[in-house]
Amino acid sequence: MSELTRFTAAELAEKIHGREVSSVEVTQAHLDRIGQVDDFVHAFLHVDADGALAAAKAVDDAIGEGAAPASPLAGVPLALKDVLTTKDSPTTCGSKTLEGWIPPYDATVTRRLREAGLPILGKTNMDEFAMGSSTENSAYGPTHNPWDHARIPGGSGGGSSASITAFEAPLAIGTDTGGSIRQPGAVTGTVGVKPTYGGVSRYGLVAFSSSLDQAGPCARTVLDAALLHEVIAGHDPMDSTSIDAPVPPVVAAAREGRRGDLKGVKVGVVTELSGDGYQGGVLRSFEGAVAQLRELGAEVVEVSCPHFVYALPAYYLIAPSEASSNLARFDAMRYGLRVADDGAHSADEVMALTREAGFGPEVKRRIMLGTYALSSGYYDAYYGSAQKVRTLITRDFDAAFEKVDVLVSPTTPTTAFKIGERVDDPMAMYLSDICSIPSNLAGNAAMSVPSGLSDEDGLPVGLQIMAPALADDRLYRVGAAYELARGEILDRLPELKGVSA
Amino acid sequence: MPNISRAEVAHLAKLAHLAVTDEELDVFAGQLDQILDSVAKVGEVAGEDIPPTSHAVPLTNVFREDVTQPGLTQQQALSGAPAAEEGRFRVPRILGEEQ
Amino acid sequence: MTAVADLMDYAEVIERFDPVLGLEVHTELNTKTKMFCSTPNVFGGEPNTHVCPTCLGLPGALPVLNGKAVESAIRIGLALNCEIAEWCRFARKNYFYPDMPKNFQTSQYDEPIAFNGYLDVTLDDGEVVRVEIERAHMEEDTGKSLHVGGATGRIHGADYSLLDYNRAGVPLIEIVTKPIVGTGDRAPMVARAYVNTLRDLLRALDVSDVRMDQGSLRCDANVSLMEKGAAQFGTRTETKNVNSLRSVERAVRYEMTRQAAVLAGGGTVIQETRHFQEADGTTSSGRIKETAEDYRYFPEPDLVPIAPSREWVEQLRTTLPEKPADRRKRIQTEWDLTAEELRDLFNAGAVELVEATVEAGAKPDEARGWWVNFLAQEANSREVELAELPITPAQVARVTVLVASGELTNKLAREVVKGVLAGEGEPDEVVEKRGLKVVSDDSALLAAVDEALAAQPDIADKIRGGKVQAAGAIVGAVMKATKGQADAKRVRELIIERVGA
Repeated sequence: MSELTRFTAAELAEKIHGREVSSVEVTQAHLDRIGQVDDFVHAFLHVDADGALAAAKAVDDAIGEGAAPASPLAGVPLALKDVLTTKDSPTTCGSKTLEGWIPPYDATVTRRLREAGLPILGKTNMDEFAMGSSTENSAYGPTHNPWDHARIPGGSGGGSSASITAFEAPLAIGTDTGGSIRQPGAVTGTVGVKPTYGGVSRYGLVAFSSSLDQAGPCARTVLDAALLHEVIAGHDPMDSTSIDAPVPPVVAAAREGRRGDLKGVKVGVVTELSGDGYQGGVLRSFEGAVAQLRELGAEVVEVSCPHFVYALPAYYLIAPSEASSNLARFDAMRYGLRVADDGAHSADEVMALTREAGFGPEVKRRIMLGTYALSSGYYDAYYGSAQKVRTLITRDFDAAFEKVDVLVSPTTPTTAFKIGERVDDPMAMYLSDICSIPSNLAGNAAMSVPSGLSDEDGLPVGLQIMAPALADDRLYRVGAAYELARGEILDRLPELKGVSA
Repeated sequence: MPNISRAEVAHLAKLAHLAVTDEELDVFAGQLDQILDSVAKVGEVAGEDIPPTSHAVPLTNVFREDVTQPGLTQQQALSGAPAAEEGRFRVPRILGEEQ
Repeated sequence: MTAVADLMDYAEVIERFDPVLGLEVHTELNTKTKMFCSTPNVFGGEPNTHVCPTCLGLPGALPVLNGKAVESAIRIGLALNCEIAEWCRFARKNYFYPDMPKNFQTSQYDEPIAFNGYLDVTLDDGEVVRVEIERAHMEEDTGKSLHVGGATGRIHGADYSLLDYNRAGVPLIEIVTKPIVGTGDRAPMVARAYVNTLRDLLRALDVSDVRMDQGSLRCDANVSLMEKGAAQFGTRTETKNVNSLRSVERAVRYEMTRQAAVLAGGGTVIQETRHFQEADGTTSSGRIKETAEDYRYFPEPDLVPIAPSREWVEQLRTTLPEKPADRRKRIQTEWDLTAEELRDLFNAGAVELVEATVEAGAKPDEARGWWVNFLAQEANSREVELAELPITPAQVARVTVLVASGELTNKLAREVVKGVLAGEGEPDEVVEKRGLKVVSDDSALLAAVDEALAAQPDIADKIRGGKVQAAGAIVGAVMKATKGQADAKRVRELIIERVGA
């Protein structure tokens, strides 16, 4: 493996901007790594070597001409979750229904990445339309966890997290509707951040659940995540739910955190996010992390958020309801798959047959669930009640943040489970997101940062840090301080099997 | 508690335009039953006095100026079309009427 | 074809039943851009050239509300004496139809921006009927489908369809009346007068082109009958495709006579959508409204709530035009019109044009004469709206000035107007080019008079003998000689002068 793939994004940027190494070399090193390991990991659905190298060359040329880098990450390549549109390159959302679809427009996140000079290596694998916690729902086959090939890399953004874990990319973009950035981060031993809802534009993010979806950074360090966060965040007039306010100073906060001092920071441990159903090794890792936060000077207290136990049921009503409507547009009329167009079938029949053929079981299940929850006669009991729970969860957060600066919990109750283990048991699969969902419902910011390896199976565990809306910088300060105290993890990543040196 | 029948699943599939198979009807009936049973818990705390939250961020009045911007060309618009003819999307015959 | 429906004699219908009306008017706003995207809002155009990712419903695209459309909606609400919501949202109306790109319509549902209003409507006989307004809400238009194959582009029997989304996302305001009761035999007239008054109001507000022929004003008429003395409304039908004022009246009348015959025959009226046939004035059965129809409305998560400040609302109130009933009264008084003249003026849709013509220097009765008579016929034969004729109020005013000054006769004036309509330029240019000026030079006229008298000495004698009416023949001869460009009155004066002096 080329040394160039081992550096952090911050280090690579420094080297590229100092003309110590070119962006083309860095990009090529990652493309080579993808070529070596991705048959094994399957993090990518599409690799755009030409596009990435062209973008890298443009950065090198500009720097060569003496221009200031377009951004602090200019020249650092990255992997993009296949749920964000890319003009002139396929966007499938892990679904058969969008196989080969080339959008005629860039998502705002994509546009910002291009403008900031980050070469896009390719599009990463995901659960179909971001519905899942294991990447097993991808129509193009699962992604494997680089820590253990037999295990899931989390989901829905398993491809993004696995790509950075496997050193195929130094950075990646994920999207988080119920934990799809944080839970894969936790089970792959990487950092994942769900910014405050409205912090990063959703324009061009193919919607799963519009009121919950949020794009965010995936990285191997908290500082790298912060650097990427500042590239993609900020007001976008194309997204009505985008917040028109300055981006929280997350990079400065990460640098502040690296000074290793959390004196004056109040940390709340959420009582409801532990206990039964949590793996012993996960709880022990979490307790160790809390002890380390104390050692860094933080004041730690217990905080109760009594309605968090209703978050999972509320989520599994709101997200499928919105999804049932968002996914209605995949109807074989304007783009995407079309089957049974034989002259005998009507438009209605072709729609139904195409949707049946183009969607996988989890997507169909959620569409039906959402259709049910929104039906007249059931709306109040299901969707309406879920929206009230949303209010209660927000109130729990508000009350908690009056007492503490950040809340912490495990990111997910278990380490990576085996591929196939939960595919036939939707409820068991849904439990993966029990800790991450409250922040999606309330819209506040949350991060998963590795808290080491579980003592029972040697697999990564994630510490979740939650901050109030628009206080994303607190995540980075606490996360960066903790990360430094914790020490390196990825150096313990086993050599990927089947990879020729 | 919900006890969702095969017929109800079939009705949902119709509303959702999914041509599900007989086999799927059985699988989904069982699974939806199980899921709905679990999510019905939201009713326990959803009191009359609790206002629903539809948006995570309390924004209002986000408007756009009435100024035109270039959109897509006809070629771009039709670029993903399964079938096109005379600058239009070609689709199978439409049976029902507009609502 | 279905059998011709039985109809009851209209007088009998009125004797036995009370009609109940409900009118739903959709008006396309004349904003520069569409409701939720910056794509131009223009009628027609090459197919799929006024589209963008948002109005084409592409995956990932998001709506952003047009502020001008909200302003227009509020002004319409205020003009209809409605309350304006302090806080309201958009919802998604979910159903599949190929001309709707997202397979949901973004529409206001239970939180309309304007509600509880009324519109006073003056009938032809001068009586004022108050029509209560239930609501006015914002929504978006659909695309258009073209049915290919089968018989004459009709939906039935077509082989396939072609879709154009230029119209998709055009801003619509739907204005819904409360049930209109107690209008008896005048129900069809009330329906027509309501739509006409509403059209004038929307035109005066300058919020819509209000072209029924182009679909920028569309009316759906709900009609039901209740037996005299009954306490409950009967089953209603909704007649669509009523795209002229005359059709509104005919459709209501037809439905009344059809439903009466059904009820009298012991049958029941089916709740259904019916289509108006312009050709024979009948309605035909369309889609039967299933009770199972379930639109699964829920608040649109991609748009934030609208909370118009009271200051804004009051500011918009100051921009309202005169109320239609007040305006009628004022115009009748100012222009000294009979009730019949006033009616013709409004029915011709000529009020603004006449006003503008008066402003440009014409006398009211002359301006009215041109627009309501001569030009209305021209518009009719060209099948265009009066306002669309290629002649401006200023040009009409100029023609009246030329007539008043004696430079044109009425007959010549019509020639001039025809010239302007034919694109020959300004009135003065037409006069010049066509050589239409009145021959007002007495010496030229005298020569012609002398010639005519010399040619018909017997008539000259008669006139000399006191038979002044005999001068008509000489006048005719002179007019013929001058190709009609002489002022007949002056010619007569000259003849008397010549013969009798």
